[in-house]
Amino acid sequence: MGVGIEVASLNAWYGTNHTLQDITLNIPANHATALIGPSGCGKSTFVRCLNRMHETNPIARVTGTVRIGDLDIYSDAQPVEIRRRVGMVFQRPNPFPTMSIYDNVASGLKLNGYSNRRALDEIVERSLKNSALWDEVKDDLKSKSGASLSGGQQQRLCIARALAVDPEVLLMDEPASALDPVSTSKIEDLIFQLKSQYTIVIVTHNMQQAARVAEKTGFFLNGRMVEFDSTHKIFTNPSDKRTEDYITGRFG
Amino acid sequence: MSVNQTSFRSKWRALTDRTVTGLAVLATLLVIAPLVAIFVYLILKGASSLNLAFFTQVPKPVGEVGGGMANAVVGSAVLLAIASVIGVPIGIGGGIYLAEFGRGTKLANAVRFTADVLNGVPSIVMGLAAYSLIVLPQGHFSAFSGGVALGIMMIPTVCRTSEEMLLMVPNAIREAALGLGLPNWRAVLSITVKTASPGIITGCMLAFARVAGETAPLIFTALGNSFWSTSLNQPIAALPLQIYVYALSPYDDWHRLAWAGALVLIALIVLAVSLVRYVTSRGVLKGAS
Amino acid sequence: MSAVRKFLTSRGNSAFADRCFHVLMLLCALSIFGIVLFILTELMHTASLAWNKFGISFFFTAYMDPATGLPSYWDPVNGHFSAIPFVYGTLVSSLLALVLAVPLAIGVAIFLTEMCPRVLRGPLAFVTELLAAIPSIVYGLWAVFILVPLLREHVNPLLISTFGWTKLFDADNPTGLGYVSASVILAIMILPIISSLTREVMIAVPHSQREAVLALGATRWEMIRTGVLRNARIGIVGAVILGLGRALGETMAVTMVIGNSPEIHRSLLANGSSMSAVIANEFAEASGDMHRSALIEIGLALFIVTIIVNALARLLVWAVTRGAPARVH
Repeated sequence: MGVGIEVASLNAWYGTNHTLQDITLNIPANHATALIGPSGCGKSTFVRCLNRMHETNPIARVTGTVRIGDLDIYSDAQPVEIRRRVGMVFQRPNPFPTMSIYDNVASGLKLNGYSNRRALDEIVERSLKNSALWDEVKDDLKSKSGASLSGGQQQRLCIARALAVDPEVLLMDEPASALDPVSTSKIEDLIFQLKSQYTIVIVTHNMQQAARVAEKTGFFLNGRMVEFDSTHKIFTNPSDKRTEDYITGRFG
Repeated sequence: MSVNQTSFRSKWRALTDRTVTGLAVLATLLVIAPLVAIFVYLILKGASSLNLAFFTQVPKPVGEVGGGMANAVVGSAVLLAIASVIGVPIGIGGGIYLAEFGRGTKLANAVRFTADVLNGVPSIVMGLAAYSLIVLPQGHFSAFSGGVALGIMMIPTVCRTSEEMLLMVPNAIREAALGLGLPNWRAVLSITVKTASPGIITGCMLAFARVAGETAPLIFTALGNSFWSTSLNQPIAALPLQIYVYALSPYDDWHRLAWAGALVLIALIVLAVSLVRYVTSRGVLKGAS
Repeated sequence: MSAVRKFLTSRGNSAFADRCFHVLMLLCALSIFGIVLFILTELMHTASLAWNKFGISFFFTAYMDPATGLPSYWDPVNGHFSAIPFVYGTLVSSLLALVLAVPLAIGVAIFLTEMCPRVLRGPLAFVTELLAAIPSIVYGLWAVFILVPLLREHVNPLLISTFGWTKLFDADNPTGLGYVSASVILAIMILPIISSLTREVMIAVPHSQREAVLALGATRWEMIRTGVLRNARIGIVGAVILGLGRALGETMAVTMVIGNSPEIHRSLLANGSSMSAVIANEFAEASGDMHRSALIEIGLALFIVTIIVNALARLLVWAVTRGAPARVH
C-alpha cells in the first residue's frame, strides 16, 4: 500500500539559484500524479526533493516540509532511510554494469545485508513480474549482465530494482523519454498496474502521457506550481491562463 | 612589390614549410632510434641468457659460468609485496577521496598537485628517507626498509590513476546506488569502485612496473644480497640492484646476466603499459553507456 | 512484503559508518602531504650534523688545501665536504641534456600533433609512452655497453677536432665516460616527457586558432608557429622545466656513465659527478656519520630543488591545459 505525500512551503536552492519557490501540494496515496511543465521549470528538482536526492549536490539547500505518510522526511529521518521508502527511476536507464540481472534487482537488499537466498529469489521474481520483464529474462537471470539488455528492458530492470526494496512511493523522472514508442507504452501500462500498490509521481514533458496514466496533474512554471488538479480538469478546463497556454502549445 | 619579389617570398615560405616538416620527421626518427636500439640490443644480448636457469638458480661465485638471478626475481617480488601493502590501500583511498568526496574542492586540488609533484621527486630521496626512518634506528639494512621506500613511492601514482579511473564512472551509476537507499560507503565501494576496478587494477599494475624497475631507493635500504634470502629483516636481492652490480663488474658472464635481467624488466613494463592502454581505450566500463 | 520493509528499517541509517568512511578516505588523501613532511623532517634530522658544521657554504665554498693551493672538494677521510662539484655536474649535465632534448622533443610533438598521418599517431604515441616507462637502470646498462663506446669511438674525436679550440673538449679522458655521455643519455631519457607534455599543450590550443591563421593564407609551418606554438608557449616552457626537473634528479643512468670524479673540470669530456650520482655511489659504504650526513644534505637539497622545479612546471602546464593533465607522468 502506498502513502500520501504532503508538501508545505517547499523552497529549494542550488547555490544562489532559487529553483523552487513555495511549493505546496498534496499527492494522494495509491494514485499516479503527473508533473508537467517546460524545460527548466523545476519539476525534476521537486521530485528529487521528495527522496532527498537533491542533497547529493553540495551546494543544494532546502526549506519547508515534506511529509511522506506521517514522517517529516527532513527532520525525522536520514536520507538513507528515506530513500529506502521512496524509490526512484531515472531518465536514462542506469543498471549496474558489473552485475547480472538477478544481482541488479537484488542489489538494494543484498548490499544492505539481506542474505536469505530463497526469499531473495522470490523477491527478484516478483519484482521482475511486477515490472513486466520476467518472461523476457527469466532464463538469463544470472548469466546476462544488466547492461546487455535493450533500452526499454533496462528501464524495466531499473523499475524492478526499485520495487524490490518494497517502497511506499515510486518517483519517476521522465522514465520513458529516452525510449522508443513501444517501450514507452509498455512502461505506461506498467504504471497503470503499479499505482494500485504504490504512490507514483511521474515527471513528464509529454502531455499525452500525463493524460494517459495520471489521475492528478501539477503544472510547474519557473519554479512555482501554477496549478494542481485532476488531470481531466487540467487538460480540458484549466483555471490558470498560463496552464492553458502551455497545454495548447503556445510555449514550452 | 614587384612580381619577382612576391614569387621569391612565396618560394621562401614554401621552402621553410618543407624544411620544417623534414626536420620534424627527422626529430621523430632520431627519437625512435634509441628505443629501437635499446630493444634490439636487449633482445640480442639478453635473450640468449634467458633460460630456465635464470629463474631458478642463484648467482654462482665469481669465475664460475652459469647461474641465474632467481634470488633477485624473488627478492623483487617480496619488495613489491611489501610496497603494495603500503601503497595500494592508501593510494586507492586517496583516489576515492579525490573522486568521490573532494571533487572541485581546494583541498582536492592541493592533494592532486602535490601528488603530481611527488611523482617527479628523484626516487633516491625516498630511499634516503626510508634509511633515516628505519635503517638508522635498526642498525642494519633490510628488505622491510626497501619495501617501505617503494611503497611510499607508489602512493601518489596509485592515487592519481585511481582517481582518473573513478572519474570515468558515470554519475548515473552513483545516483542509482544512492537512490536505492544504500549508505554512501556501500555505494562507493560496492558500486563505484567495483565498476572502475578493471581500470584501478591496471593502474596499480603500472605502479608496480614502475616501482619494480627502481634501483636507487634500494641501494641503501634493501642493499642487495648475493644469496637466497626472503627474510624481511635482512638485506634482500632485487632485480634492478643485481643488474646494477653486474653491469659495473668486470666479468662478461655477469654482463650477460645483467642483459637478461634487463630484458625481464622491460618485458614486464611493456606488458603493463600495453594493458593500461588497452583498458583505457576500451573504456573502463564494458557495456555501460 | 513488509518483511522486507522491516528488514530495511532495522538496518538503520549508517550515519556513523559513513562518517568513518569519509574520515578514512580523507586521511588517505592527506597522506600525500604527510609524505612530503615525512621526507623533509627525516632528511633535515639526519643532515643536521653536516649542516651544523658547514652551514650554507657547503654549497658555495670548499676547503683549500694549504699544500697545493687548490680546493679539496670531497675528502671523506679528512672530513672535508663541499657540494660544489656535484652541483656543478648536475647543472652541466642537465642543461646540456636540455639543449639536446628540447629541439628534438618539440620537433616530435609538432610532427605527432600537426603532421603525422592519423594511422601512425597511435603507435608513435605508444612508443613515446614506452620510452618514458623504461627504468633508469636499463638506460644505464645500454649506455655503458653501447652508447659510451659509440661516443668514445666516433663522436668524441669529432668533438675534439672540431670544437677543441673552445677548450670545452679535451682529449684527456680515454674512457668515454663523463659529462657528455651523461648528457646524451639524460637527453634520451627526458625527451619523452617533454614531448608528450608539449603535445598535450598543443592539443589544448583550440582549432579555431589554427583555422584563423590558415584562413589568412599561411603555410602549415606558419600556422603552427603563430596559431599553435605562440598560444602554447607557456605550457611548452612548463614541459621543458618538467624535463629539467627529471634531469636534475636522474640517478642510475647518470651514475653509470658520468665517471664519478668529485672534481670540477672545464672539459665536457672529463669525468665528473652529480648530486644523485655521489649519493648512489658512496652512501652504502659511507665512512662515518659526517660523510653520511653530508650526503643526506645533498639529498635534501636535491629534494627541495626538484619540488620547486616540478611545482613551477606543473603550474605552467596547468595554466594552458586548465586542469589535471590527462596522464600521470
